[in-house]
Amino acid sequence: MTTITETMTSDHRHCDGLFAEAETRIANGDWEQGAQGFAEFRKTTEHHFAVEEDVFFPDFEQRTGQTMGPTRMMRMEHEQMRQLFSELGLAVENRDKENYLGLSETLMMLMQQHNMKEEQVLYRMMDQVYGGEVSDLLKQAGSF
Amino acid sequence: MLSTAHLSLEQAPPISIPFRFFLTAPLFGIVSGLLLIWAGEAAMVSRWSPLVLSLTHLVTLGFLTMVMCGAMMQMLPVLAGSPVPGIGPVGAVSHLALSLGTGALAYAFIQGSAGWVKLALLLLGIGLGVFAIAAGLALARVKLSSPTVTGMRWSLASLVITVALGMLLSMGFFGIVALNNLPSYTDLHLGWGLLGWMGLLLIGVSYQVVPMFQITPEYPRIMRDHLTGSLFFGLAGWFLLEIGVIRGYWSSLVPGCWMLLVTAGFPLFAGTTLHIQRLRKRQVSDVTLIFWRVGLIGILFGYLVWLIGRALPEAATAPWYPLLLGTLLLFGGAFPLVNGMLYKIVPFLSWFHLQNRQLALGAFHVKLPHMKGFIGDREARLQFYLYLAALFLALAAVFRPALFTRPAGAFLVLTSLMLGYNLLRAMMRYRNTKVLLNQTGSH
Repeated sequence: MTTITETMTSDHRHCDGLFAEAETRIANGDWEQGAQGFAEFRKTTEHHFAVEEDVFFPDFEQRTGQTMGPTRMMRMEHEQMRQLFSELGLAVENRDKENYLGLSETLMMLMQQHNMKEEQVLYRMMDQVYGGEVSDLLKQAGSF
Repeated sequence: MLSTAHLSLEQAPPISIPFRFFLTAPLFGIVSGLLLIWAGEAAMVSRWSPLVLSLTHLVTLGFLTMVMCGAMMQMLPVLAGSPVPGIGPVGAVSHLALSLGTGALAYAFIQGSAGWVKLALLLLGIGLGVFAIAAGLALARVKLSSPTVTGMRWSLASLVITVALGMLLSMGFFGIVALNNLPSYTDLHLGWGLLGWMGLLLIGVSYQVVPMFQITPEYPRIMRDHLTGSLFFGLAGWFLLEIGVIRGYWSSLVPGCWMLLVTAGFPLFAGTTLHIQRLRKRQVSDVTLIFWRVGLIGILFGYLVWLIGRALPEAATAPWYPLLLGTLLLFGGAFPLVNGMLYKIVPFLSWFHLQNRQLALGAFHVKLPHMKGFIGDREARLQFYLYLAALFLALAAVFRPALFTRPAGAFLVLTSLMLGYNLLRAMMRYRNTKVLLNQTGSH
């Protein structure tokens, strides 16, 4: 049976790959491919956030009655990452390599420890709470 | 049900706690370098010379343990979801006592003074004891264990054993208690310190940070689940076998063969890390990565030299042999790994605390520096090259002490100064931005 942990973890790895690719291109001064890569990374990650914020989190909050718990923290970290996305977007527009690489280093640390917390704790909690209904929820997320 | 406390970053300690440990470490680097310059080739005579003992403890306690304690207090809430109880007083007391105790111990060795060593033991006992109890409580309270937490537990237990053996030894060394077999106890002390306390913490933390920093594949499951525990019990077995030698039950060949098995875990770990780093997705150049490569290669070379010593006993008894091994493992292995970590921890912590402050105050028009705004790549790289020069000169000094000891000391001073400057500048930027946030936030 597919779990939320497996599905969402592999989604994280996909986003990581896009992130690293865009960063390498920009570090090499290839702005055209780099800008495209960054846009794709941003779009894919925003979609991942949307699945969590609009499907998984509300359902989890409803079932557990915890709206101030871990999901609130994760939403806050999404906001922090979105702030870095827009700063990175600005650096891409200005072709500002040094700024981009400083920001991407910061985003990488934030993103990796955010992923770690989701993969090691939150997703596992969700799989426990949902039990047999996981596949329904994943279907809902897939059509999202 | 899994712990939700795991996710809370609000439990992170005030930034002044880890920072005071990190800022003190370069000072001990500077003192170590000055000692090398002052003593010259006399510092490289034998592993038993008071100068070498003094120098070793300045580096292991003053630099390595200093950073490791500060980092562990910071990481426990974030990586393990379990804050260190009483972090304010615990941080202040352990930092002060560890700093003063290390200084007193280094001075005691040089002076050969039993009075100073008693003071040093008291201070180090308080500093490391308070740290070990507090960190031990935090580790005992972890609800959801992980290979990293396991590594930290074994590492902390090793620290306690190392300190106990160190106290026994120094009392024997200064004639406060009668102790035979000083060399055997010394080997046990440094084995537990280097392989247990430092090695196991390094391995445990690597499981989390290596994949995280460079986006690499995970370490193999079997390694994550079993390596640190096996190494700890390997060291415990060695301890008993060595006691057997001291008691005359069997020859030193027995623990020797045992250690051949146990120590292989370290090159295995270093090789695996180099391998997964080669498979990293993140290709941009990175100061932490180059520091780590040096450290991991240092471990591999150290292991090789250790093996050669087992195969050729006449080499192992030469005075230069333990100096070479020690330089490789401590200054070529542990030092760059710890140094490299600082370049990720310090800028990220600075940014992270400011960002949380910004969110709380809603002061979004203040522009925060990004990580490389706290410590620039160029400055970090310069410090790396100064370190590398110090390492090669120190290795050369093992064989040509008259020629290379003082230059090695000079470069150790330079690289430590540069490290101190980089860390201090990051903290100044942190403070200035925080003032700016508070000003605009209060409007």
